[in-house]
Amino acid sequence: MKHFSNRYIFIFSAIMVVIVAALLSLAATLLQPAQERNLEIEKKKSMLESIRIPATRENTVELYSKYIKESFVLNSKGEVVEGTDPFTVVLRGEQKKPLEQQALPVFRAVNDEGEPLIILPVEGKGLWGPINGYVSLRKDMNTIYGVTFDHKGETPGLGAEINTTPFESMFHDKKLYDDQEFVSIKVLKGGADPNDIHGVDAISGGTITSKGLEKMLFDCIVKYDDYLLKNRN
Amino acid sequence: MSDQEKEPLFSAKNIKLLTAPLDKNNPITIQVLGICSALAVTVKLKPALVMALSVTIVVAVSNVVIAALRSYIPDRIRIIVQLVVIATLVILVDQILKAYAFDVSKQLSVFVGLIITNCILMGRLEAFAMANKPWPSFLDGLGNGAGYGLILVIVAFIRELLGSGTILGYPVMEKIGIYSIGYENNGMMILPPMALIVVGLIIWVQRSRDKSLIEK
Repeated sequence: MKHFSNRYIFIFSAIMVVIVAALLSLAATLLQPAQERNLEIEKKKSMLESIRIPATRENTVELYSKYIKESFVLNSKGEVVEGTDPFTVVLRGEQKKPLEQQALPVFRAVNDEGEPLIILPVEGKGLWGPINGYVSLRKDMNTIYGVTFDHKGETPGLGAEINTTPFESMFHDKKLYDDQEFVSIKVLKGGADPNDIHGVDAISGGTITSKGLEKMLFDCIVKYDDYLLKNRN
Repeated sequence: MSDQEKEPLFSAKNIKLLTAPLDKNNPITIQVLGICSALAVTVKLKPALVMALSVTIVVAVSNVVIAALRSYIPDRIRIIVQLVVIATLVILVDQILKAYAFDVSKQLSVFVGLIITNCILMGRLEAFAMANKPWPSFLDGLGNGAGYGLILVIVAFIRELLGSGTILGYPVMEKIGIYSIGYENNGMMILPPMALIVVGLIIWVQRSRDKSLIEK
């Protein structure tokens, strides 16, 4: 084995780091537009899935403009705030602000039967990282029409089950309110009674993700309380 | 030196570098490396194929890079250099998947990052590329990536067929009408322990066919 001086080792490491840094920043810059487009499609696709419209990557943009009619941002009192694009609102950033300053996006859609729906984004914490999703409500602003969830790195087969159809379809037709009182949806360990209008089954082996999901639904949707009560019909 | 340079590109020795990891020196079943990811990404065939391809590319290219630099790499920081090379390539693979194969990159999620810690990579760099020229190292990388991929694909094929009743998403079991006579998908196959059992079965079959592989 050849002997290398300390000087050589330092120079070698410095050059290596500079080359690697240049290479990675070049790749990141070149690929960024394609990656951002993918994220946008992904977001639209999730919203469509929450109103039970299965979309593929190819037809997402087209279906999105067909079904999503309107979008706006509310404040915590349920009043429309002008000047913010709801599509670009980052919920995680909003959640760090005081409640009065948070922007709450609402998307309005109409399904194939002509029923008006609203879509609310939700975001919270799972076991290993953030979880997020969209909840769509029927025109009574109480009954869940559909949901879609996603996660960054929950355990495959356990917590990651939240983004599968069997889990998501349990939310269909569940109710958020008991008369005027907001109770949200409970994710129950050991299984929920099928007649329970506020309960769904938790995931076996995914307790912390299930609890995180329950908290996410409550914390995010309760902020729309005023708006939902006002717009019931 | 000059003798070696005259060696044909696909000499018997080089061919062996490429084929040995497929069978007698398989990284998963014989060297028992890379088991973690083999359990994690084999529920469906598609992520398994992509994972196999990504690992093959990363191990082959990093083998070449390290082999080319081997006489310039100071011995004292060689592990760091190896890690930097692997990490750079993995990040590149990850970025490219995010840009051009978004669904796949979502499915693989954390496992792409975990290629960095895949023992096959460090194992091949340290055991082979540090002591060999770029071309044999490239073949060694390809061979080991393919050997890893072969087992991944076999396991994923069995798990997807029995667990979900599909092959690459195509509903095979439904098409042959087996559900109507009472057949049901085996949910167990989707869970990680079954991957371990399938790998175990492959090891068993391989060793019973080739007695020389059985340890004394």
